[in-house]
Amino acid sequence: MTEKPTDETPPAAGDPGTFEALYAELEETVRRLEGGDLSLSEALALFERSTALAEQCNALLDHAELRVQQLIQKPNGSLDAQPFEG
Amino acid sequence: MTRTKVLSVSQITAYIKSLFTTDELLSDVWISGEVSNFKLATSGHCYLTLKDGDASIRSVIWRAAATRMVLPRDGDAVMAHGYVSVYEGQGVYQFYIDHLEAAGAGRLWQEFERLRGRLTAEGLFDDARKRPIPARPKRLGIVTSTNAAALRDILRTLTARYPLVSVLLAPAVVQGADAPPSICAALEMLNRWSAEHEPLDAIIVARGGGSIEELWAFNDERVARAIAASNVPVVTGVGHETDFTIADFAADLRAPTPTAAAAACTPDLRQVLLALAGLKDLAQTAIAQRLSSARLAAKSLASRSRRASPERRLATDRQRVDDMARRASLAVMNTVRSDRARVEGLRLQLAALDPDRVLERGYAIVTRDQKIISSVHQVASGDVLTVRVSDGAFETIVQGF
Repeated sequence: MTEKPTDETPPAAGDPGTFEALYAELEETVRRLEGGDLSLSEALALFERSTALAEQCNALLDHAELRVQQLIQKPNGSLDAQPFEG
Repeated sequence: MTRTKVLSVSQITAYIKSLFTTDELLSDVWISGEVSNFKLATSGHCYLTLKDGDASIRSVIWRAAATRMVLPRDGDAVMAHGYVSVYEGQGVYQFYIDHLEAAGAGRLWQEFERLRGRLTAEGLFDDARKRPIPARPKRLGIVTSTNAAALRDILRTLTARYPLVSVLLAPAVVQGADAPPSICAALEMLNRWSAEHEPLDAIIVARGGGSIEELWAFNDERVARAIAASNVPVVTGVGHETDFTIADFAADLRAPTPTAAAAACTPDLRQVLLALAGLKDLAQTAIAQRLSSARLAAKSLASRSRRASPERRLATDRQRVDDMARRASLAVMNTVRSDRARVEGLRLQLAALDPDRVLERGYAIVTRDQKIISSVHQVASGDVLTVRVSDGAFETIVQGF
């Protein structure tokens, strides 16, 4: 079987930007799939994509770990976010 | 030294007393201080001393007043109302208390109500100013003390509900005189970060439960204005359920506790998973419908090819189309069972059978005089052949044969 999007290494867990993007694409893909006016191959491709996206979303949720950073102000006034250790 | 006027002790005491009773301030005064030597006499009257660092004043609460109030204990900081007068029998002045409350409370609440009234009139708390909190935030700012239970509660709640979110902590002092400027600075830093680096979806301003004095920083006008001025929506979670602060009124959303504030900013993971499952169901329903309409289309294709193709080819085509239709309906059921692998296989099979897809993949149909060329024995050098590809046809001449 050839490499499909599903088999790609999932993006870094815990990146909500990635999750949001995937989720938005999933919603859009399902919307198009429901919209009709598609050739069979287009519909199947969309279906396959939606399944892959849902799996990626689930994987992200499964592996997500809360990322906590602490905002500090450097002497020159600029801001920096550093890992926060409880 | 003449002795034209000699007064008795009673006379001079009466005179002194008259000075007290005619004095406007002394006859109607609030005094704050710490209670000591409190004694409830069997008569029902109370005797105590109010003191601060430098002075003390003997005080009395008559029984009638004492029954109307919650009696203080030694060490309590109180605000007392009454009058100061002279007790002739002992030649001392005393504070006669008719009203007493815990220190700060009365004055603080007056301050609270005054500020609330002023800011309400100004429109700072208008509902129209309230912005919605994004349903699935990417990044949350938190303003609170780093070593307090409130932060742990918030982080635990976020982890349980929506661990995808990134948290940016702006530590602040949340109690005492330094707290208001510290909270304002933290809000300002988060707003700057949001504008210059990564946008924040919401900011939680939180503090765990405490006494009214401990929470007082959140009734500070500067804090209220900083919250109202924030470009990022602010959710407050200060104290316990029953604590309302000026900051709460200024916030876009008031949550009763730090934990509730974290919950108000995030979806429940279970809801997200449900939504995902819902989308998968929709996709499966849609593809099942599409497959059954493909089956109908395949049947109609079969009857068309009966008119257009040689007999043997037709039989093969019909069989393949029937096959495809059978597999399609089988696949529909499998699809609904979430069997991705089967759908994938089906897709490949269908794609292989779809004449358009075959041509799309780079295959061509070669004909001469409308007859399909399927063998080298059918052509000779110099023959003109028609080549049909996915988006049209062209002619070609056979060479080197």
